[in-house]
Amino acid sequence: MSDTHEETIRFVRDSMLPQQEPPATSTGVIGWGRKNLFSTPLNAVVTVLSLALIYYVLSGILPWVFQSVWVADSLAECREIFLERWGSTEGHACWAVINERWLQLLFGFYPSELYWRPILAFILLLVAVAPVLFPWASNKLLVVTAVFPFVMPWLLWGGTIWTPLLVAAGFAFLYFGPKHGSEAVGSLAAVIISVVAALIWWMFIVGPLSGLLSGIVPIGLEPVDSRNFGGFMLSILIGVVAIGCSLPIGVVLALGRQSDLLIVKAICVGFIEFIRGVPLITLLFVASTLLNIFMPPGTNFDIILRVMIMVTLFASAYMAEVIRGGLAALPKGQYEGADSLGLDYWQAQRLVIMPQALKISIPGIVSTFIGVFKDTTLVSIIGLLDPIGLTNSIRADAAWNGIYWELFAFIALLFFIFCFSMSRYSMYLERRLKTDHR
Amino acid sequence: MKKSVFLGALTVAGLAAGAAAAATVDDVKSRGKLNCGVSTGVPGFAAPDANGEWQGFDVAVCRAVAAAVLGDPTAVEFVPTTGKTRFTALASGEIDMLARNTTWTFSRDADLKFTFVGVNYYDGQGFMVPKELGVTSAKELDGATVCIQTGTTTELNLADYFRVNNISYEPVPIETNAEAQQQYLAGACDVYTTDASGLAATRATFEAPGDHVILPEIISKEPLGPLVRHGDDEWGDIVRWTLNALIAAEEYGVTSANLADLSSAPTDNPEINRLLGTEGNLGEMIGLDGDWALKAIGVAGNYGEIFEKNIGESTPIGLARGLNAQWTNGGLIYSPPFR
Amino acid sequence: MTTLTDPPKETFRLSMLIYDTRYRSITIQVVAMIGFMLFAAWLISNTAENLATLGKPIDFGFFSEPAGYDINQMLIEYQNQDTHLRAAFVGLLNTLLVAVLGCVTATVIGVLVGVLRLSPNWLIARIMTVYVEMFRNVPVLLWIVLAMAILIESLPAPSAFRGDEPEATMKLFGSVALTNRGVYVPEPLFSRSLGNMHLFGESGLRFDVSLDLIAFLLVLGLSIFAARKISARANAIQEDTGVRPKTWHINLGVIVLPTLILLVLLGFHLGYPELKGFNFQGGTHLRNSLIALWLALSLYTAAFIAEIVRGGIMAISAGQTEAAGALGLRPRRIMSLVVLPQALRVIIPPLISNYLNLTKNSSLAIAVGYMDITGTLGGITMNQTGRELECVLLLMLVYLCISLTISAVMNWYNNRVKLVER
Repeated sequence: MSDTHEETIRFVRDSMLPQQEPPATSTGVIGWGRKNLFSTPLNAVVTVLSLALIYYVLSGILPWVFQSVWVADSLAECREIFLERWGSTEGHACWAVINERWLQLLFGFYPSELYWRPILAFILLLVAVAPVLFPWASNKLLVVTAVFPFVMPWLLWGGTIWTPLLVAAGFAFLYFGPKHGSEAVGSLAAVIISVVAALIWWMFIVGPLSGLLSGIVPIGLEPVDSRNFGGFMLSILIGVVAIGCSLPIGVVLALGRQSDLLIVKAICVGFIEFIRGVPLITLLFVASTLLNIFMPPGTNFDIILRVMIMVTLFASAYMAEVIRGGLAALPKGQYEGADSLGLDYWQAQRLVIMPQALKISIPGIVSTFIGVFKDTTLVSIIGLLDPIGLTNSIRADAAWNGIYWELFAFIALLFFIFCFSMSRYSMYLERRLKTDHR
Repeated sequence: MKKSVFLGALTVAGLAAGAAAAATVDDVKSRGKLNCGVSTGVPGFAAPDANGEWQGFDVAVCRAVAAAVLGDPTAVEFVPTTGKTRFTALASGEIDMLARNTTWTFSRDADLKFTFVGVNYYDGQGFMVPKELGVTSAKELDGATVCIQTGTTTELNLADYFRVNNISYEPVPIETNAEAQQQYLAGACDVYTTDASGLAATRATFEAPGDHVILPEIISKEPLGPLVRHGDDEWGDIVRWTLNALIAAEEYGVTSANLADLSSAPTDNPEINRLLGTEGNLGEMIGLDGDWALKAIGVAGNYGEIFEKNIGESTPIGLARGLNAQWTNGGLIYSPPFR
Repeated sequence: MTTLTDPPKETFRLSMLIYDTRYRSITIQVVAMIGFMLFAAWLISNTAENLATLGKPIDFGFFSEPAGYDINQMLIEYQNQDTHLRAAFVGLLNTLLVAVLGCVTATVIGVLVGVLRLSPNWLIARIMTVYVEMFRNVPVLLWIVLAMAILIESLPAPSAFRGDEPEATMKLFGSVALTNRGVYVPEPLFSRSLGNMHLFGESGLRFDVSLDLIAFLLVLGLSIFAARKISARANAIQEDTGVRPKTWHINLGVIVLPTLILLVLLGFHLGYPELKGFNFQGGTHLRNSLIALWLALSLYTAAFIAEIVRGGIMAISAGQTEAAGALGLRPRRIMSLVVLPQALRVIIPPLISNYLNLTKNSSLAIAVGYMDITGTLGGITMNQTGRELECVLLLMLVYLCISLTISAVMNWYNNRVKLVER
């Protein structure tokens, strides 16, 4: 045994070998592919099948998208160009219809010289929500948020500037009344008086007064009827109005649902479950056929306002559930802490509970918004000219009769861009809130 | 009776509180706009163009009424309505008149309480089939799949016709003309049935119109015309006689070309004089200016001109006058005398 | 919320209704109640007044009048001379049909996609992500319309099957025809049929139940019951002796044999679709409108379910998977035995609301002309009779009942699988 050992040449390595590259099969593209695409035979089969699927889909879609006509006056002209260039009318997109009608799909029948107004309103909307949604936005922007609800209707519908100003003034009653009146008449009476005063102000004084003021100082924008609203502007508008108005209603409903007051709770639960139990389309039927019957004789909202009312009710039921989720997610210690500070119910809600609950609910609110925004397409069924409704009108034009995929592809793409970016944002927010909490 | 509503106060500008029952014409005048219900889109009859301007045969009636009442053919708010929403919109006062290929039927008049003021297009339900099927009569359609536009009288007519002739069929209900056309062209149904005018208009836009035939059977009477609410006869009269003025203008040879000449001074024809307000006070009787008919005809000419411009044989729609020719030419279009 | 201890000897004053927390809640509730009643009364009086002006008092009499229109898709017998009530009932069954089909397929696809999104295969995970994002972020109405358009444009018309050298042929040995009017599949026929059972006499709700189907289900149910008994006995033996007797062949026989015997007794055979005249005749016709709606609703909802499933799986801590791996379970068994059962508790509550959404979204059927209850009661019936109030309220009531039933059933199930916390 030992002999053999003695005869072997002794060797001790005295210098390190240079580090070697890992085998080519486990690095770079190949390694990544082996690990992620072909790790098992089954995976390999799945990968190949997927590639085939992707090829099949893209080979169908890409030529259609890119071998297309952008400039033409009618579908017939498109077809002529197809024949001339590619020898067949199949498998080519006639984007000329989008080229001609994209403004209509975006703004509906809004007067084209006034397009700056919805665009400005949209930009203001982004500025207004920024301080709520993005931590880096300056809190000074909250001023825009406060002003926005009054500016937006004015920008879109036009009319005299006095009406939004006076309506805003009504909120001053609500704000200053309880603050200064509570010493004189007691807090509850002050609240009731200021609410009543604000209601009277809005219902009976704003109208005549703004008429009077605009007679004296006629500052205003050219009025635009809501019937001229259409396209994506209408979808966004209905979505934004519904979410904006449903937020306060949702808060009240959520609190009502959580409260110990049996009757209040029953009313709130009944409302929420009723709205959540019926499809939006039936509520839109109510808007289009029944709402005028429910109102006092002689009242007449136009259909877009009626739709906004019903979609707001619809959204507030969902909003209530989102906020209830936020309330439930708050640790019980917050409620107890507020109680132990001697805060009464409303103070506790206003100063401790709601700010936190709303913050937790923001992702939920954003998803509700996405849902409502997508659901606004349903208004086409009751004859409003949202993007889908407009496709019918466009196809009724003799020039574009028979066109199909191009319009729907364009609409789907726009919806996708809007909703996808919002859902990405909501995910980002969720991640951020998570780290905040732990 | 003017009631504001709290919600309305918040949403300020769009609120249109107005009277529903009382004089529509006063409402229209004080509003300065005519609210006219049209369809969401039927080729040749009503469709918005690229600038958002509504065009079409039904639209022309709205414009004529607006011109007669307000003196301005552009003072019209077009309210697109679906088969479902049109009657409610009219009943609730949201629109002042409905000019949306709507068939005049007994129950719509008596039960739904609308007044049809006249007929601007005599239509009938027909069938279109691909030529290659070799069908020559609707009676050969046993077992066929039929595309129908829902929300109209067509589905009732169809059910009646097939039941009476004791043949079977499979209905495919479809919401809009555009969808129906797509399904028909792809062969998802053998037959497309709707008003004959719609069939002709649809066929005209096909890639190969010659491959499709419209069967000879017309299975229903579809007098299409504008309608207003029951209970406001003054307003009904205005719409009725505006339509009649357009029709009468064609009969008397008043066109947009000679309108200015004929109205500048009384002519030999007293009917024309009364129509154009150079003689008598017909305008006053319905509470409008003396030259109301002049303004109405001035928008797009007389009935015949409107027909030719929107759906006539020179347009892609290419409809012949047929039943809709003047009674003097063997058609049904007939205006009571202006006297 | 807060409970204060008030000095005991105070007598009742009116202001205590507001300032005393003991009475305040009662005051608020009474005020709320009165407000609610006033609001309801206001609505009702407005409605009554308006209806009187329109001359249309509430009247459900139209339900017993002949509907006059035809419905292509029906689960029960219906002719155009049947009543509006019958038409509404046909629509209701159609709604339920597409809702049930949709929920089942949406769950299957959703779970599959949710699991695949976590797949180690990069490509498949990406494809699933693209699918989920595409469907979640485009309105369902668009998907329904597009699904219909794809079916219509990509499948051959029945006329393509005609002639000596047809452009299209029937699939699966000539038994299934895929056309752009729908799919025709063989239908089960019984030459010695037991006939039908007539329910509800001659009323609008009458309907026939096939006794063959009942017999089939009965026998199948009994055999499965028996098979489970055998398995239970096998388990007991395994507990006792540690050796599990082979049962699968017995079970198979117990389930298959009686069913087969029954089918032979009833003279079961398939009726194949055949091209006659304009259309295929015979067989079961799954209409395009149904398929498009079903497909679009399930794919749309499945995208949401996939996210829920993925969330549920990711909520299970990695330790569970690792522990299961340490026990030597294979990845697929880890998923089915350890992860999914636990994830189910997280998954079910949002799943319920997705089922509800699918059912409610089925009301978009009118976009493709599928005659569900919105299409019959809320569509043609409403349109022909002009009874908007009655139709819309009834329609809402029907959907409310369906929704409440689904919630009740699913909540009951949720309570069963819920972890009993200690």
